[in-house]
Amino acid sequence: MIGAIRSLGRWGLGVLERLGRGHLFLLQILSGVPGLFTRFSLVIQQLYSVGVLSAFLILISGLFVGMVLSLQGYNTLVDFGAEESLGVLVSLSLVRELGPVVSGLLFAGRAGSALTAEIGLMKSTEQLSGMEMMAVDPIRRVIAPRFLAGVISMPLLAAIFSAVGILGGFLVGHGLLGVDDGAFWSQMQVKTDWYDDVINGVIKSVVFGFVVTWIALFEGYDATPTSEGVGRATTRTVVHSAFAILGLDFVLTALMFGEE
Amino acid sequence: MPLIKIRDLHFSRGNSVIFEGVNIDIYRGKITAIMGPSGTGKTTLLRLIGGQLRPDRGTIEVDGQNVHQLSRKELYELRKRMGMLFQSGALLTDLTVFDNVAFPMREHTKLPESMIRDLVLMKLQAVGLRCARDLMPSELSGGMARRVALARAVALDPMMIMYDEPFTGQDPISMGTLVNLIDRMNDAMGLTSIVVSHDVIETAEIANYIYLLSGGKVIEKGSPIQLKHSSSLWVQQFMQGLPDGPVPFHYPGDAFADDLLNPEVTT
Repeated sequence: MIGAIRSLGRWGLGVLERLGRGHLFLLQILSGVPGLFTRFSLVIQQLYSVGVLSAFLILISGLFVGMVLSLQGYNTLVDFGAEESLGVLVSLSLVRELGPVVSGLLFAGRAGSALTAEIGLMKSTEQLSGMEMMAVDPIRRVIAPRFLAGVISMPLLAAIFSAVGILGGFLVGHGLLGVDDGAFWSQMQVKTDWYDDVINGVIKSVVFGFVVTWIALFEGYDATPTSEGVGRATTRTVVHSAFAILGLDFVLTALMFGEE
Repeated sequence: MPLIKIRDLHFSRGNSVIFEGVNIDIYRGKITAIMGPSGTGKTTLLRLIGGQLRPDRGTIEVDGQNVHQLSRKELYELRKRMGMLFQSGALLTDLTVFDNVAFPMREHTKLPESMIRDLVLMKLQAVGLRCARDLMPSELSGGMARRVALARAVALDPMMIMYDEPFTGQDPISMGTLVNLIDRMNDAMGLTSIVVSHDVIETAEIANYIYLLSGGKVIEKGSPIQLKHSSSLWVQQFMQGLPDGPVPFHYPGDAFADDLLNPEVTT
């Protein structure tokens, strides 16, 4: 019994210590971000590997999610004779929820895990130590550009996901199921609010980008410098990011749409 | 006056004590070797000198500055005058050989690219890899990677350079090349070199002075000749690579005969 309590206490202390380290790490990253505006080329390189290389996955996933959403939505709406509202259903589902959440989860799996593995391997091959000994701060030179790139990329990827998803939904709704295209687009335009829906969705995706990139970079930087340690850190990135996205999505949704 | 002065150094990691009152002087212009068996904290000592680790007690002064009382900015200024060659080379894997050597120059100076190019080619020429400048680190052999790392370590013309196990895992040709380069660079560039190693023959060949560490203490110090003629059995065992002696061949425990005669005791 005492042993169980002791190990619970040890686990709790370990979690708190990691949380503290993670927050200090974030402060260090944020202090390095302003310096990047004079060396934006570092961020552009990372925008390519973090953002552009994730775009294809996001594009394909968005298309299929939109198509499936349209199929499923039509089957429900048609029972009530409301199939012309399919555009609204697809757009609100994507812009408010699925766009930020699914692209966030995909981003964590594609870019987040790659970031953790890259930083973890840089640590295990002493590249980060080497930079420190060359009087180059690895947090400013390596971590901060990746962080900024993640925060910038994520809302753009979510926007691509939603846009392509809506297009996929239209292709299925109009092309396959015969929903009137005028009704599809006009109802969507009327019912999708710029601030309440689009901007709130963008805010969600920025928050998810911030948190996923932070988790991924911290896990890499804090990884045990062995192949097993890097493997575990990569797994933790994906798992923790998924929990963080889903938990934060609930909190943000409650704050944004809870009063309606 | 020594360039590096280590006094009463104490350092432990968890429950294991790494250093227990170590005193070391590293003199300018000399090659000083820090030797000892694996796990004695030789690499840790370099990290302490570079300010990457903080001692529990004691002081480390480099060029008159107490490394662990410097602000972050002052420490980084000091590190610009220190070079370090990591055991793995620690080359940046996404940059070419040329860009790796140019890296510290681009980070710390505002020199025009044409001048950086000339300087990088000079450094690479010194280590014999000028024509390998377009290769990626993954295309280099272990010895070549260390030579590139050496060119990068001297890119900013430091006052001193620390070598972490430079000879480990090298074939005889690469080993000979590295021994020669360390010696030549120390003389040609007026460096002060610290070589951490347990390769006795190669290190004794170029070192002016050797410190032998074991069990958290300096066991012996002196020139290679002095150590060769040391009366200490431990030093003789280490310098000659004898399998048995003060450091026993057998892991300590019950006598073999007792084990054989009383099987039930140990099983």
